[in-house]
Amino acid sequence: MNALTWSRFQFGFTAAYHYLFPQLTMGLALIIVILKVIALRSGEEKYNEAARFWARIFGINFVVGVVTGIPLEFQFGTNWARFSNFAGGVIGLTLAMEGMFAFFAESAFLGLFLFGEKKLGPKGHLGAAVMVFLGSWLSGYFIIATNAFMQHPVGHSIVNGPDGAMQKIQLANFWVYLLNPWAIWQYAHNMCAAVVTASFVVAAVGAFWTLLNMYRDHARICLKVGVTVGLIASLLQLFPTGDQHGKMVARYQQPSLAAMEGKFKSSSPADLVIIGQPDVNRRTLDNPISVPAVLSFLAYGSFGAEVKGLESFPRDQWPDNVELLYYSYHIMVGLGTILIGVMMLSFLLLRLNRLESFKPMLWILMFAFPFPYIATTAGWMTAELGRQPWLIWQLQRTAAGNSPYVSGGSVSFTMLGFMGLYVVMGVLFVYLIGREVQRGPFPALQSQSTAPVEG
Amino acid sequence: MEAIWYAIVSIMLATYVVLDGFDFGVGILHLIVARTDKERRTIFAAIGPLWDGNEVWLIAAGGVLVYAFPRAYAAGFSGFYLALMMVLWLLILRGLSIEFRSKEQNPLWRAFWDGAFFFSSTLMAIVLGAALGNVIRGVPVDATGYFSGPLFTNFMVGPHPGVLDWYTVLVGMFTLLALAGHGATYLCYKTSDAVHDRAGALAPKIWGAVLVVGALTTLATARVRPELFEHLLARPWTWALVLMILVSVVTLFTGLSRKKDGMAFAGSAGFLLFMLASTAAGGYPNILISTLNRDWDIHAHNAMAGTLSLQVGLIWWLIAMALALGYFIYLFRSFRGKVDMDTDDHAY
Repeated sequence: MNALTWSRFQFGFTAAYHYLFPQLTMGLALIIVILKVIALRSGEEKYNEAARFWARIFGINFVVGVVTGIPLEFQFGTNWARFSNFAGGVIGLTLAMEGMFAFFAESAFLGLFLFGEKKLGPKGHLGAAVMVFLGSWLSGYFIIATNAFMQHPVGHSIVNGPDGAMQKIQLANFWVYLLNPWAIWQYAHNMCAAVVTASFVVAAVGAFWTLLNMYRDHARICLKVGVTVGLIASLLQLFPTGDQHGKMVARYQQPSLAAMEGKFKSSSPADLVIIGQPDVNRRTLDNPISVPAVLSFLAYGSFGAEVKGLESFPRDQWPDNVELLYYSYHIMVGLGTILIGVMMLSFLLLRLNRLESFKPMLWILMFAFPFPYIATTAGWMTAELGRQPWLIWQLQRTAAGNSPYVSGGSVSFTMLGFMGLYVVMGVLFVYLIGREVQRGPFPALQSQSTAPVEG
Repeated sequence: MEAIWYAIVSIMLATYVVLDGFDFGVGILHLIVARTDKERRTIFAAIGPLWDGNEVWLIAAGGVLVYAFPRAYAAGFSGFYLALMMVLWLLILRGLSIEFRSKEQNPLWRAFWDGAFFFSSTLMAIVLGAALGNVIRGVPVDATGYFSGPLFTNFMVGPHPGVLDWYTVLVGMFTLLALAGHGATYLCYKTSDAVHDRAGALAPKIWGAVLVVGALTTLATARVRPELFEHLLARPWTWALVLMILVSVVTLFTGLSRKKDGMAFAGSAGFLLFMLASTAAGGYPNILISTLNRDWDIHAHNAMAGTLSLQVGLIWWLIAMALALGYFIYLFRSFRGKVDMDTDDHAY
């Protein structure tokens, strides 16, 4: 592996690990606001107790999200210096705005939200929760807008150097850049996914408590809110957000679409591949199971439309890891479909008042929560591998973006450091979250009875 | 326009040092000034609701730096690759130690995170100072506009210096002392009882040492980078900043001797703020001076982003800054006054 590959691995690993946390932060922020609104309107204290429990989970999750997020902003400069130099004047806009508009709000109100309930009163505390929610969702938008520019650059102009070659890009239109149509759909798709993750986590804890016959009131709230929100979000995930996002890819990133579908030869109509193994050397898809003409319809709205295969594009325009891209995409779609099924079934049982007593469904809900995380990770891998070989679509190649003087040896050294640190952090995180779930909504009562004498 | 953005980035970084500086200072001192578990928890409760917001100033300053001076960000961050990666690990360790420490009753768990908090805060203070030292001294930027800064070479200030040499280590030591002093005045301001008294007893000693090492550092800077002082002399408006350093020192020591905690803390905050502001004012327009050839310097004029970026940026930056100041004033007001472990709502 050379310095470029190590840097790609480093960014991929640290970004994928980081994003495990903000997706729960963003989704949970919404669910906490929902719980607090219900508590305020109905006056039922148990909704507040549930909100306080989730705020404790939120607090631990948020910290790990913060500390793993900073390395990403640093890496734009440390590992991708030529990219920052080339595009910093454009993408720096959303990176700076994220810090200035989103992080300041989020971090300032987080302290008030976590520790200020007594000082602020119920309405003020709801206000703090709403600010944390807005801050985290705004931060998501700025990051998606940055990524959307790399997928589909708009609102920039090209600056040529003295030799006439493209030297860097600069901002040409603030609003066109900020309201990139790609960003709007990518954001909608991404945020629905975050809500899906959070609702599965909330429902899983509800199922866990119910199966153990603990905290029944709060378990019921978690199941009800988790399943209801989860059903809505997982449906929105497919339509319209996933559908529209896919149409963007079909329109602007044709080689990526071909690789995602494992499609080497152009055809009209084009079949939708459900399963199969791409063989890039022989340019075939082994053991395919496909649905006729559906890909044409999904991509272009007509069952007869032509979908281009990878062979219609020069080899140096192909994504450089077709296999991984193909599987990421199929895992995302496959899991997304299964998650909708789980939520539909759970919702049906919930409406029939059978969910709490139907143990198989509770077991499924309890063990389903890792799968939204896998689906979102696979989704981001689809987006980022599909963008290859470009760092900024048709403006800068990934191979032209890394830092000139940072050696593979330096990156592999720090890579090992990050992996070690992140494994330890992951173990601590799982331990602390597991303990909070065990303690349930009334930590004070338990910790008083078990606390040793202080000294 | 680039001068305004140079000032904006400098002010944001200086604010970061003032705010997160007291978190680091508290970390440096907490093993000494807090002995029992309850005292330690007081320490964490004193910075708990604030440290994350404070750290955001670094992230926001980084974002504004990419935006306004992409070339400087690219060269600086890639040149200091290894050093910055270690900064990241320290920041991760620091954040986790504050938030995880009181989540478990086991005394070994708590002792471990106490140690991690001390270790990461102390090294971060030295690293921040060394980073400033590197920026003042210059780095081996070559004709390509990039450089590679090894962690150390022969510890001498020459054309091929390492991140650590005698000068940057000296600035690092100065920063360690100054942030420890800042942490001590913060603890006096925020705590009562034993922690308050121990921090109060330490503060004048630390600040005495800061003045001695500060004088040495100033002399060393005059030797390493004389143009910084020539610029200051040639720009009369900067004299106000230098004067404010003196005012801050007087405020600080008056506050310490009269036991006025708020006054002393304001003095130490002002000292850090105006030290950094004067350095930036004397350094302008340099961002990364080349130790190889001054024609290869990266400065505000050749590193700035497009004009439209900078003009549009000024509008939203002012709006965002007004909002942020509002949040922070509200936050600090909500948590004003001394920490009381028995009545406050906290998780530490």
